[in-house]
Amino acid sequence: MLWQYVPIAIMLVLSMGLAALIVALGHLVGPSRPTHRKMIPYESGMVPIGPGMRRQPIRFYRIAMLFLLFDIEVVFLLPWAVVSRKLGLFGFIEALIFIAILLVGYLYAWKGGALEWE
Amino acid sequence: MVAYWIFALVSLLMVLAALVAVTNRNLVRATMGLVLVLFGNAVLFVLLEAYFLAVAQVIIYIGAIAILIVFAIMLTRHVGDAWGPAFHRAWAWAVVVAGGLAVGLLFWIAHWPAADGKAKSPVDPQYTKLLGKALVAPDGYVIPFEVASALLLAALIGAIYVAWGGRRVKGPYPQRSEEKEA
Repeated sequence: MLWQYVPIAIMLVLSMGLAALIVALGHLVGPSRPTHRKMIPYESGMVPIGPGMRRQPIRFYRIAMLFLLFDIEVVFLLPWAVVSRKLGLFGFIEALIFIAILLVGYLYAWKGGALEWE
Repeated sequence: MVAYWIFALVSLLMVLAALVAVTNRNLVRATMGLVLVLFGNAVLFVLLEAYFLAVAQVIIYIGAIAILIVFAIMLTRHVGDAWGPAFHRAWAWAVVVAGGLAVGLLFWIAHWPAADGKAKSPVDPQYTKLLGKALVAPDGYVIPFEVASALLLAALIGAIYVAWGGRRVKGPYPQRSEEKEA
């Protein structure tokens, strides 16, 4: 059973290893002549203003909150999707009802302007 | 045997990550520690052959809740600054409670009949399919399934109502000049 996850483990190791390798190679092979100008944060060639971490607008959080709810919807549909072909029309209609109820909330969010990127 | 070593490795990693999550005073790093703990949890679910729970763990906790935490940190002032004491006043009591819980759990696990490692997982390997069938079966969980949708709808409308200031937002807000450029 556990052997099914070997490809995922290989992919994890490869992606992390590649990232580490690229950073390490850059340090080892690349010439390093740091000056003050080179060490300041890069901001499209301009002199950076203010701290590196500024407060982000709250609309990111609001969108993420909506995302969380639809994410839970996906988790509910996941076990249904595994056997959806065997369940036939009845199971399909039930899943449609499930989605339709949440679609009301989606329309509410849409009509209320919650999805606008103000 | 492989599962045993994976369990040991992942558990060790989870304990270390949990320590980072509670002790690191940089909130973003603490969050990354928390994400590592949650991912270790997903691996433990896989070891228990609870594949659906593992997927749900990754999708909900890492995919959505961790993002919410990161955004909550990003919209807070003084993110990187450590302020206030790192230890709570009652930390000694917390140590006593946590230690007592750990001893109790270890005692319980040591006397658990399946602790010799020979017990088979009680989970049916086909259980994601069984769950999918049960969710839409009339004699199964079809009512809770549809009620869950209504519950999500209530949460969605409530979240919109609270987060958008209890009024329906019409049209785009007037933008501040700094945002217009971006």
